[in-house]
Amino acid sequence: MYSHHTVRAYDDELTYLTRKIAAMGGHAERLVDQSVAALVNADVSLARKVIEDDALLDEAQREIDDKSILVIARRQPMAGDLREIIGTIRIASDLERVGDLAKSVAKRVMVVAEGRQPISLFRGIQALAELALTQLKEVLDVYASRSVERIEFVRDRDNEIDAMYTSLFRELLTYMMEDPRNITPCTHLLFCAKNIERIGDHATNIAETIYYVVTGDQMPADRPKEDKSHRVTLPADGKK
Amino acid sequence: MSAASRDNGRGRSARLFAHRFRQNRWMLAAGVAAVLAVFFALPQWPWVAACVIAALFVVAALAPSRTADQRSVEAEEVSSTSGLIGLSSENLAAAVTDPLIVFDGAGAVVHANAAATAAFGALHPGILLLLKFRAPEMQDMIQAVLFGHATARQTDYSERVPIERVFRVTVSAVGRGTGFYVMVFKDQSETRRIDRMRADFIANASHELRTPLASISGFVETLRGPARDDAKARDQFLQIMQNQTARMARLIDDLLSLSRLEMKPFLKPGAKVNLRGVVESVIDSLTPLAKDSGVVIERDFGDDIPAVLGDRDELFQVFENLVENACKYGQSGGRVIVSMAGPETNAERETIVTIRDFGPGIPEEHIPRVTERFYRIDGELSRTQKGTGLGLAIVKHILTRHKAHLTIRSKLGDGAAFTVHFPSE
Repeated sequence: MYSHHTVRAYDDELTYLTRKIAAMGGHAERLVDQSVAALVNADVSLARKVIEDDALLDEAQREIDDKSILVIARRQPMAGDLREIIGTIRIASDLERVGDLAKSVAKRVMVVAEGRQPISLFRGIQALAELALTQLKEVLDVYASRSVERIEFVRDRDNEIDAMYTSLFRELLTYMMEDPRNITPCTHLLFCAKNIERIGDHATNIAETIYYVVTGDQMPADRPKEDKSHRVTLPADGKK
Repeated sequence: MSAASRDNGRGRSARLFAHRFRQNRWMLAAGVAAVLAVFFALPQWPWVAACVIAALFVVAALAPSRTADQRSVEAEEVSSTSGLIGLSSENLAAAVTDPLIVFDGAGAVVHANAAATAAFGALHPGILLLLKFRAPEMQDMIQAVLFGHATARQTDYSERVPIERVFRVTVSAVGRGTGFYVMVFKDQSETRRIDRMRADFIANASHELRTPLASISGFVETLRGPARDDAKARDQFLQIMQNQTARMARLIDDLLSLSRLEMKPFLKPGAKVNLRGVVESVIDSLTPLAKDSGVVIERDFGDDIPAVLGDRDELFQVFENLVENACKYGQSGGRVIVSMAGPETNAERETIVTIRDFGPGIPEEHIPRVTERFYRIDGELSRTQKGTGLGLAIVKHILTRHKAHLTIRSKLGDGAAFTVHFPSE
């Protein structure tokens, strides 16, 4: 999986960085999961825990930055190694943002939890979060396995998240128009939805970075695809 | 005794003596050297020295190398290990039904058994476990074993997506000093699912049953009050109440079937289903309903539809729900087309089944969300069509378990197409 260098310490430094990214990824996944669970169950103490734990990600990102710079300075990496290290820095900053977004969802839990909201309000958010989490998990799995042939599929799913977000947006607007008392919680939920949608965007960014690290090429801008599930309209004759 | 066996016996004792001499050669040499040293120091009795050396040789030749006790212990060891000699550890791992991963001192996967691949996707040798299992508690455990010199650890590991699973994971070293470790996952999802099912069922049921219940109690009140003597109204109200109770019954059925699905662990691997047969029987069973709604079901089956991995009853429910929906909500179109195509027809090499209706279609903003529980585009229409808001949620859940997925295309006024994609193996 990794090339072997004459200096063994160099290999150790590179694996240390990738391990650190994986640990960050695990924390980020956990934070997103917990923040949405806190929102849906109005669990204020879980939300507090998310807010505290976000510091772990910040710290990990700083450490990865420092270590990466040190490796570059000391080993003067070339080609694949250089891409690997630059990729590490970029993925770390994406994951740190994911943590911030989860924290921001957690902060809104306190306000939303004040009045008991009907469960139907959260179903959309839950489904959206599930999509974003799947996206994040698959991207990080690809980082582990380096099998980039699956990665374009990961990016395609981002469209699904966007469509879901648009639909959720409309739904929340309807609730606000129905009853002005809904405006406060719905506005917060709207921001939560936006945050989760952005988590999906960061996952896509990470996918692009991994593709670049592994292949040395930028991911093709947008491949023509057959399955634009929610966008494409049907031809008139009704055939597939 | 024949000459041959005597020869044989002589040969064997010669080999035995040679072996004993070789085994005792250092002791013998030391003894001889000591005797010679004594002889050179006091050279009065050379024959004594010669006798002592001869005696040493005799003892070396005759003394048994091991005691009888030692010999029996060794024989026992040989017989107890011989059962496992020639047993490949790969076969042993494959025979374990729980996911099992063998990894080395660097944390890289050495071997993952079939159950592990089924549960966590391909785990090629060389993948670092720390990259694959990123949950903080797993990280702690693996690091404790790799770097902290712990020999065995246990933790709980849960996965949320794509399907919620909970495992109790143990890591232990293989033998002593082999540098290999084995990680075994025990599936604990069932107990967790039962808890969750109870909570979910109560939350959903209380919410969804309240509406019909409120309506029934309202009508009962009216029947006892103002409409007490109005025969015509009474009849009408009783009809409505009957519809509402039927709705509650359907709702409970659907909720139970969804909860049951969520309870079941992963599909049993290996079972294959003839897709064409399933779809045919769904169409046959729904033809009466289609006739009642004035809808004709047309078939457009491609050739060579492969069998797919899965559970027949569950897939039957998927297509039943989809075709039934198409007949109900696409009634105005007058026809429903069920088409099937093999993996040769598309780039993704998927087997696809499409159910296409020509009804009013689904507004774009609702499409991504129709598979959510109790999500209704038009509450009134859904109620008149005896919908519970769970049909597509059930479809989605079953397909996720089959690693298949559903796509929906629609244009307002032009019907909708629900397509099920089965991955090729």
